Amino acid sequence: MENETILEVKEKDGLLIHQGVIRVPYTWAAGAVASKFYAGLRNKRIYGVRCPTCRIVLVPPKKTCHRCFGELSEWVEVGHEGTLQTFTVVHYHEPELHPLKAPFAYGIIKLDGADTGMTHVIAEADLKALKEGMRVKAVFKEIPGGNYLDIKYFKPVKGEK
Amino acid sequence: MERIAIVGVGQTKYERGKTKNFAELVYEVARKALDDAGMELSDIDNVVTTTNDFFDGRTIACMPIAEASGSYGRDATNVEGDGTLSAFYGLMRTLSGVYGTTMVTAHCKVSEGSPRKLFNQAFDPVYDRLLGMDAISSCALQARAYMHRFGITEEQCAKVSVKNHGNAKNNPYAHVALDITVEDVMKSPMLAEPIKRLDTSPISDGACAIILATEEVVQKKAARKPVWIKGVAHCTDAYRLGERDLTHSLPLETAAKKAYQMAGIKDPSREIHVAEVYDAFSYMELMWYEGLGFCGPGQGGQLIDNGATQMGGKLPVNPSGGVLSAHSVQVAGLARIAEAVLQLRGEAGRRQVPGAKVALAHGITGICAQTHCVWVLSN
Repeated sequence: MENETILEVKEKDGLLIHQGVIRVPYTWAAGAVASKFYAGLRNKRIYGVRCPTCRIVLVPPKKTCHRCFGELSEWVEVGHEGTLQTFTVVHYHEPELHPLKAPFAYGIIKLDGADTGMTHVIAEADLKALKEGMRVKAVFKEIPGGNYLDIKYFKPVKGEK
Repeated sequence: MERIAIVGVGQTKYERGKTKNFAELVYEVARKALDDAGMELSDIDNVVTTTNDFFDGRTIACMPIAEASGSYGRDATNVEGDGTLSAFYGLMRTLSGVYGTTMVTAHCKVSEGSPRKLFNQAFDPVYDRLLGMDAISSCALQARAYMHRFGITEEQCAKVSVKNHGNAKNNPYAHVALDITVEDVMKSPMLAEPIKRLDTSPISDGACAIILATEEVVQKKAARKPVWIKGVAHCTDAYRLGERDLTHSLPLETAAKKAYQMAGIKDPSREIHVAEVYDAFSYMELMWYEGLGFCGPGQGGQLIDNGATQMGGKLPVNPSGGVLSAHSVQVAGLARIAEAVLQLRGEAGRRQVPGAKVALAHGITGICAQTHCVWVLSN
């Protein structure tokens, strides 16, 4: 691959502007907690962790409770359905970032059995009819990839407008 | 706390696509702050810079601008975050007894990178980064949560944009000064509901520097117009949005209470004469009114409605035009401190709040303002 530091030299007000690209391959260890979470999603099961001190269930799971600094090791399965806490309908296009074409919605969903919200995409929905408190359901990816989009998106539960 | 003063400030004009490079911007403001303080670089004992490797497009981004900040041959360190946090660190170093003076700089050229892509990198790569959220879409979740809970309207948020873009006309450093109406904001393109184009801050390049000094140095150097740090505090929330109360910033409330306690302030809405807060989006200013105790929870909309925070009101907020009119990310909080200093010296020109004796400056960092830093200053 060529050195992409400077791909083009432009001029502005008599001064040079160098234009290039930074492209850096990277690996991220998902860690024990996220690895187990994604193993669950492979079998269409959503897991969280319960804090033994704060008695709250955190989904997605994490290693340490931010409130009490205790280690989180008690795994609990939560529901596929939950309640939409808040949302936004996105109208601008950012094809290299967005998993769906605008307009689409992001939401924070509190799954049944969880005490924290999960940020995700809302699809198969009438975007104008979204509202706080509505029931939504996880739609799983056909072939899981071991990442956050193994839940493809959340969609309104039938009967919800 | 031992008395520490801000004895010099310097800012660039904020603009998109500045042709000066990072070091040139930092040198401009370091020189301005020294001149403002009536000091030479030989008077500076140590330096705190502010960088973000992703925004700067290089690793160890503090080193290439070290010389421009006056670091050569000195103890120099760096903060990755908002400039208020660099100033906080600078204050601690000045209090250590080792240094009599500290130069604090911040620079950012948001226009040189790809702001939405860079902000997306703030999300967890093994979890939700794949959702493709950025500052606008994540803050839209917070805006809606806050507005839904308290019945805050889009028009009330729009009033913040009208006020701050209007105030910017009085600030020669501001990037975007506009004569607009609530209707203009409401009709501007919808980006992520409820956030519209004119509810957002611009992509700005710029830099800011301040110089801190001990009381001993202030007396010895006969500093021109020292502005004293009366109270300061910093507090952080949970990382993930779904684990926070997005409708009310507990860390801001905590930081504000601590800063007020230090400063001996009991009723902030009466005792603070002018505030410069980090309004990256219009809704934020209303939320920050509440967190800072300028009004009760959910009353941010009423406070903007009754005109209390406009110029000539009981507690003018962002006479400079705030971050809505100039958002050079890492710099924006330090600029709030510099603006507060100008107000307390009576040197804020056409944006001066007459007779201001106590000023507040506020900075944030992180997704939907995970961290808040609150400063109370007095002349």
